[in-house]
Amino acid sequence: MSDEIILLDFWSSPFAMRVRIALAEKGIEYEAREEDLSNKSSLLLKMNPVHKQIPVLIHKGRPVCESLIIVQYIDEVWSHKSPLLPSHPYHRANARFWADFVDKKIYPTGKLVWGATGEVQEAAKKELIESMKVLEGELGDKPYFGGESFGFTDVALIPFYTWFYSLETCGDFSIIANCPNLVAWAKRCMQRESVSKSLPDQYKVYCFLMELKKKFEAK
Amino acid sequence: MAEVKLLGTWPSPFYYRVVWVLKLKGIAYEFIEEDLNNKGPLLLQHNPVHKKIPVLIHSGKSICESMIILEYIQEIWPQNSLLPADPYDRAIARFWIKFAEDKVNPLAFAGFYGEEQKKAIRDSLEMLETTEEHALRDKTFFGGDKIDLVDIAFGQLSQWLQMVEDVTNVKLLDASKFPRLQRWINNFKQVPIIKENLPDYQEMFAYFKALRVMLLSSK
Repeated sequence: MSDEIILLDFWSSPFAMRVRIALAEKGIEYEAREEDLSNKSSLLLKMNPVHKQIPVLIHKGRPVCESLIIVQYIDEVWSHKSPLLPSHPYHRANARFWADFVDKKIYPTGKLVWGATGEVQEAAKKELIESMKVLEGELGDKPYFGGESFGFTDVALIPFYTWFYSLETCGDFSIIANCPNLVAWAKRCMQRESVSKSLPDQYKVYCFLMELKKKFEAK
Repeated sequence: MAEVKLLGTWPSPFYYRVVWVLKLKGIAYEFIEEDLNNKGPLLLQHNPVHKKIPVLIHSGKSICESMIILEYIQEIWPQNSLLPADPYDRAIARFWIKFAEDKVNPLAFAGFYGEEQKKAIRDSLEMLETTEEHALRDKTFFGGDKIDLVDIAFGQLSQWLQMVEDVTNVKLLDASKFPRLQRWINNFKQVPIIKENLPDYQEMFAYFKALRVMLLSSK
């Protein structure tokens, strides 16, 4: 019953993309409701009163918030298909660690690379490249961060592939020159329908981020 | 060779979280004190990415980031369970654990003054209001009748917050404004394992008072 699951969504949010990917991996039907973030719906404010942010998964009327928490919830409830977290606690801890690394290192520094200028941007660019190299090191020879199967860390990171064009253009650097294996990994993930159907076009995201940047600079 | 080792530092609240959970579950471990001004080879080997404590080393494998460590401990040693069994309730617990991670950091307050401090006060009050109204509500503990990982995550609101208030002469948690949280603090500190494993108040006060003087003189 598709109205049993509602996703409060926003097309360019990497966090919402994580949830879309997880739902698609599990073959779950749901209703996606695009939010206008400048005019948040009463449903969003009711379902996430603490943060008032998307994504929010509403399952049988009850909200789950925070992208990685939603992905774990989906994995636990629909555990019979395409497991995203490994079964051994040590590997699960490792998957959570690297997803947390994406949140702590890729997201905030990436934002500064496309969103800031001057010294702040330069410092962020150095840190971002370093963080991407650390991720590449963790990936090693494996096809996915989870090993042979696409998993939790891959879901956490791949939405930021939609930022690559913006990062390279604003930061004036080449990601493939610095991290070729990471780019190869991203392209491998994009071959999965769950990913390609959940991620918008990089140029479209660039135009959106530049609009956002102008708005912040105007303030 | 002890099977479980914990790298930590007094009086880090993040290190204490792991101590509490190990003791609540009756797990024997070896404590290895790290000097954060002179990080040892064990820390650098077992947490090369962040170089921070706490680090749990179990049968030679390392797990980093306190809340990830706690979920690992919960999964390997499920006795005296500290997370709900139901996936939805677990998602709610994880939401509040993340909230505590992102918003509860009283020790940082010790280094603020002036405008920075004013903003920190506003943020702290907002955090306390949300915690009292949405997270704790009318429950004895965040976990209900007994403590769980959410209580552990909010543990800093016990001894550490009061200590920072005394060092900075700023009252953040006014018992008349936050009666439920005040009651929680009193109840939490009476839980036998917690009571027996809190840093000495006077020692901590002296340490942070000196640290604050040093931080402010360097600004």
